[in-house]
Amino acid sequence: MNPPPTRFVRDAMIPPAPPPRRLGGPVAWIRKNLFGGVGNTLTTLLILAALAWIVPAILRFLVLDAVWTGTSGAACRPEVAGRPVGACWAFIGAKINYLVYGSYPAAARWRPNLFFGLLAFGAAWMLWLGAPRRDLGAWFVFLVLPLAAWLLLSGMPALGLANVATALWGGILVTLVVSAVGIVAALPLGILLALGRRSSLPLLRWVCIAFIEFWRGVPLITVLFMANVMLPLFLPGAVTVDRLLRPLIGIALFASAYMAEVVRGGLQAVTETQRQAALALGLTDGQAMRFVVLPQALKIVVPGIVNTLIGLFKDTTLVAIVGIADFVRVLEAARADPAWSAPVIPATAYAFAALFYLAICLAMARYAGFVERRLAAGERR
Amino acid sequence: MAASTRWRALALQAGLVLILLALAYAAADNAAQKLARQGIVAGFGFLGRGAGFDIGQRLIPYAAATSTYLDAFCVGLLNTLLVAALAIPLATGIGFTVGIARRADNVLARALAATYVEILRNVPLLLQVLVWYVAVRIALPGAEAPAELGRAVFLSQRGLFLPRPDFSGSGGLVPAAVALGLLATVGLARLRRRAVAAGRRPVPVLIPGLLLGLGLPVLAWIGLGRAGHPVRVAWPARGPFDVEGGLAVLPEFAALVIGLSVYAAAFIAEIVRAGLDSVARGQAEAAAALALTRRQTLRLVVLPQALRVIVPPLTSQYLNITKNSSLAVLIGYPDLVHVFMGTVLNQTNQAVEVVALTMAVYLAISLVTAWAMNRYNARVAGTGR
Repeated sequence: MNPPPTRFVRDAMIPPAPPPRRLGGPVAWIRKNLFGGVGNTLTTLLILAALAWIVPAILRFLVLDAVWTGTSGAACRPEVAGRPVGACWAFIGAKINYLVYGSYPAAARWRPNLFFGLLAFGAAWMLWLGAPRRDLGAWFVFLVLPLAAWLLLSGMPALGLANVATALWGGILVTLVVSAVGIVAALPLGILLALGRRSSLPLLRWVCIAFIEFWRGVPLITVLFMANVMLPLFLPGAVTVDRLLRPLIGIALFASAYMAEVVRGGLQAVTETQRQAALALGLTDGQAMRFVVLPQALKIVVPGIVNTLIGLFKDTTLVAIVGIADFVRVLEAARADPAWSAPVIPATAYAFAALFYLAICLAMARYAGFVERRLAAGERR
Repeated sequence: MAASTRWRALALQAGLVLILLALAYAAADNAAQKLARQGIVAGFGFLGRGAGFDIGQRLIPYAAATSTYLDAFCVGLLNTLLVAALAIPLATGIGFTVGIARRADNVLARALAATYVEILRNVPLLLQVLVWYVAVRIALPGAEAPAELGRAVFLSQRGLFLPRPDFSGSGGLVPAAVALGLLATVGLARLRRRAVAAGRRPVPVLIPGLLLGLGLPVLAWIGLGRAGHPVRVAWPARGPFDVEGGLAVLPEFAALVIGLSVYAAAFIAEIVRAGLDSVARGQAEAAAALALTRRQTLRLVVLPQALRVIVPPLTSQYLNITKNSSLAVLIGYPDLVHVFMGTVLNQTNQAVEVVALTMAVYLAISLVTAWAMNRYNARVAGTGR
């Protein structure tokens, strides 16, 4: 046996140091966190210098130099305004209806508004862990809401709701519809796939594994292209698929594969003894899964589901590439309006979109973190 | 298992297979009928036909007049791989820096790193690529008045223009010297690992490696010049409308690489942070007790152990970068999806073949990576804890 390397062992004693003067209080905290050593002090100064440069610039762009009122792009041109110009919020104000509803008829905009309300209600029911009758909430979100939303948005002449072609839908409305359809279709499908992947029937298992790995292995854009060109090809003769429905099917299948992996993680986390105990009590295999294993697994995977939802919400922007008028696409169209041409318009449009996505995704991420901590607290007992 | 259950299981699976086969048959039949009506011949024969369209960036010889669809496919695939090959090391560098900064002593560095992660991770990649491509590009000088650096490097809204050395013929010695330097460095690293394992004084690697990797090509360059075969360099020059000659880095390419890297870096930073947190506190404390500096502690004790946790999710991030490079289609960078699923599909209408081939490429990359990952995991799991 070789002797261990000895290069870090001292061969002379160091003289004892005096005790530290202060270990607590704000001064000690500042010294430890900001000025402890040369490198640390240098980092602090560097970051402070960078912040002193960048924070006022951002503040000036977003608030101080921003243009809040105006009727055309001229108001946002520095040579017209006679001062440096930041974000042109007047542009967002003028386009806000287009950004939210797309070309949805103005007289019927109460229908998307009602849809937003129903969506918020359903989401709150499912996400508020202490809500009453969450089983009813599941029925509402996964059955009533999709049907009601379909009737409401696309119209039903028999009920007095005029038809609105999906080609007119646009903006945040489409972004939310795509995300909602994605999650509402992907969750049940994902649970089935996860169960299938753990099934004892080899053929069923292989089919599920192949399905999941296929969708996880290809980029979403190729899936959207595929849905666009191949769906019409595979369906019989005269059947046509709505332009909006094609990417919806693609996204639902794509998201279900990711959801299946999340749910599988939850199923694996429920100990085998739970199932055995249920079987010992005389429950059948199916009952044990439905009443004992699955409820516990789904509780564990709530943060994972929310994280998948965040990814899905961000990924819905890709439908813009296959010609669906989602938020990003209507933003690009609004930006191209010659009446609102000014150098700051692109930056304004992207800042608005970034803030929109940032607010929603951060809120969802915070919620997932909250649930995770709550579950961890339950485990610690 | 009771006999009745076994029969039921068999029947269930037979039913599943029958349904899948019926669906596949119906789909194939419908597709065949529709294709026949459109007069499209199924099969991959179209790959040999002339492409007839131009591609803005190509790593292999390609010309609209003479090249085939297969050449276009290869050009697109190489462009995709080029973006991934550049974005992956860039994202890794930024990601590790930010991830380690989240556990730094300095509270400002921690806060800055956390802000980076929260913002970059929660804004869609597509939007970020648009910001880099549109909003940042507007801030650059116009094509008629490019910024220049010593008449050798030009930067404008049309892209970044660099001198392009010609490594054909005797100039090939320079890349060969780079390869030699890299090989020597790898050899040195091996020697060092052996020395450490045997308890001997380790061989220095970083400085000699840098000297070899940079010095050898420089020597080759100067030597060739002295020997009368100087390496020819195509310098970019200002033309009447635009910068001409040299090596042009397209703005689409730059926007895609930067966008992909900073986006993926936010996720990599989180992975690194989780990896650092997974190493027991006692390890860092023990290293400090042995009088290792913080740098040494991180490099020699904490990171090697954290890597075990970091590497598997890191590979899936690398896969994500490769898959996300398909966003190129949005800003017009000629990657595989843009060239093949876009232009070639529109020209030939061979939807089934084109979609299948494109997806097969990505699937193959995913499966190979997954296989390599499993091998790594098996190796790491063996070295005990």
